[in-house]
Amino acid sequence: MTRQVPIAEGLFTWPAARPALLASRCKKCGVASFPAAQSCMACSSQDVAPEELPGRGTLWTWTIQRFMPKTPYRSNETPETFKPYGVGYLELPGGVRVEGRLTENDPAKLHIGMEMDVVFAPYRTEDNGDEVISFFFQPVA
Amino acid sequence: MDVAIVGIGIHPFGRTPSRSGLQQGAYASRLALQDAGIEWRDIEFAFGGSVSAGSADALVNELGLTGIPFINVANGCATGGSSLISAFNAIKSGQYDIGMVAGFDKHDRGAFNADPEALGIGQWYGETGLMMTTQFFAMKIQKYMHDHGISTDTLARVSEKAFINGSKNPNAWRREPLGVEEIADSMMVNDPLTKFMFCSPSEGAVSLVLCRADHATRYTDTPVYLKAATLKSRRFGSFEVFAPSQALEQADGPTVDAARAAFEMAGVGPRDIDVLQLQDTEAGAEIMHMAENGFCEHGEQEALIRAGATHIGGAMPVNTDGGCLANGEPIGASGLRQVYENVLQLRGQAGGHQVPGDPQLAYTHVYGAPGISAVTILQK
Ligand SMILES: [Zn+2]
Repeated sequence: MTRQVPIAEGLFTWPAARPALLASRCKKCGVASFPAAQSCMACSSQDVAPEELPGRGTLWTWTIQRFMPKTPYRSNETPETFKPYGVGYLELPGGVRVEGRLTENDPAKLHIGMEMDVVFAPYRTEDNGDEVISFFFQPVA
Repeated sequence: MDVAIVGIGIHPFGRTPSRSGLQQGAYASRLALQDAGIEWRDIEFAFGGSVSAGSADALVNELGLTGIPFINVANGCATGGSSLISAFNAIKSGQYDIGMVAGFDKHDRGAFNADPEALGIGQWYGETGLMMTTQFFAMKIQKYMHDHGISTDTLARVSEKAFINGSKNPNAWRREPLGVEEIADSMMVNDPLTKFMFCSPSEGAVSLVLCRADHATRYTDTPVYLKAATLKSRRFGSFEVFAPSQALEQADGPTVDAARAAFEMAGVGPRDIDVLQLQDTEAGAEIMHMAENGFCEHGEQEALIRAGATHIGGAMPVNTDGGCLANGEPIGASGLRQVYENVLQLRGQAGGHQVPGDPQLAYTHVYGAPGISAVTILQK
């Protein structure tokens, strides 16, 4: 059976019934950081607690990556099979703006301010057959 | 103690397969020494940097083993600016009378590939294709165009001007003018930026000889004074390259802070500046940096650029040597190239790319990962 493993520990809850991105929130100044950090970038406090981020937000800005990046890029693509992908910052209410890949790569279907969901899906397959799960932003249907 | 630049040297930017980065650095250094009318043994200290072409202090193998302190500087795109600040302070403090700043580089073709862990970011960020400076600049200008009404036509005009200026600069890499349409219709790289709106990694070297201002006329009839040299890193809330997330609350970026500090140090304002070199790793960056450095309000660039204000004969000439767009970006040398160009401008020696009207004050600005900015102000 195929194993599904998260692309990084602590980036999002996995496995989970309703996976969510994981941030840390500063107990002193209330600012959230993603990925979760040991200290607060705003006020330097180390008094931080983990928190799940909301699963829906609005697109703050975006672009399309039209050429295949060099290492450390690691997908199952080759220069021949590479498909351009969208990248954007999603503004999550009460949290932060998180950068991530978009499921959409057609610029005509993307605009600043549109609603998107955070989704979790296979990103690549390892040599041992493990499916590596990452997070993506998907336009709200 | 004020500080003067009394010698400048450059190795042409672009691709020079016959010379290593270090050899290009030595070439520029010899020209700078010659320009100041001195020998390497007269230099009391040096600061230098290179990202991809070895240790800058290996220049002593080329120039001579004189026992001087040669300190390597590594600060990304602000490497040259950081070397300059270090030399500036070394002379200002009274510790040394004369020294050198050197920057050179030689990069492979194609976009830079950065290591996330060197910046304290997880490998997942690079593996999923987010560790790209080009994406950041595209997303920043995308948002900026949306908020401040800048058109894609204006992006193309920035590149058009860069290639016109490059065609007048014998040391530039790209010396063929290109039309606005050709630029706008070239291959899309990171929307809204096309191939000809991006600079590429390249090669090149610049060296400068600096000395205490009261000694300047021993070396040159045309000293140029370094009135300010500042460096700032990002504050919480600014939108920066290589940021997996960004705060909801927004703060000014390091460019705004470095500019403010430089104007204060020099005791002048943006209106006093006659010629400016602004980091233009892509066309959008030049537009945003005009406002971030205080030379116009956000959104005014659209009309200014359309009216030709940033051309060599305009009211605020920007990137008169063709900038990064026409010279490429050898990281270690790039910031010093701007200073080299400004010294030429203030001496009145810029030839075909000389701005008219006897410029008195000149400004340089660089920006780089992970959110740093360096500014200098030079005065005749
Ligand atoms: Zn805090």
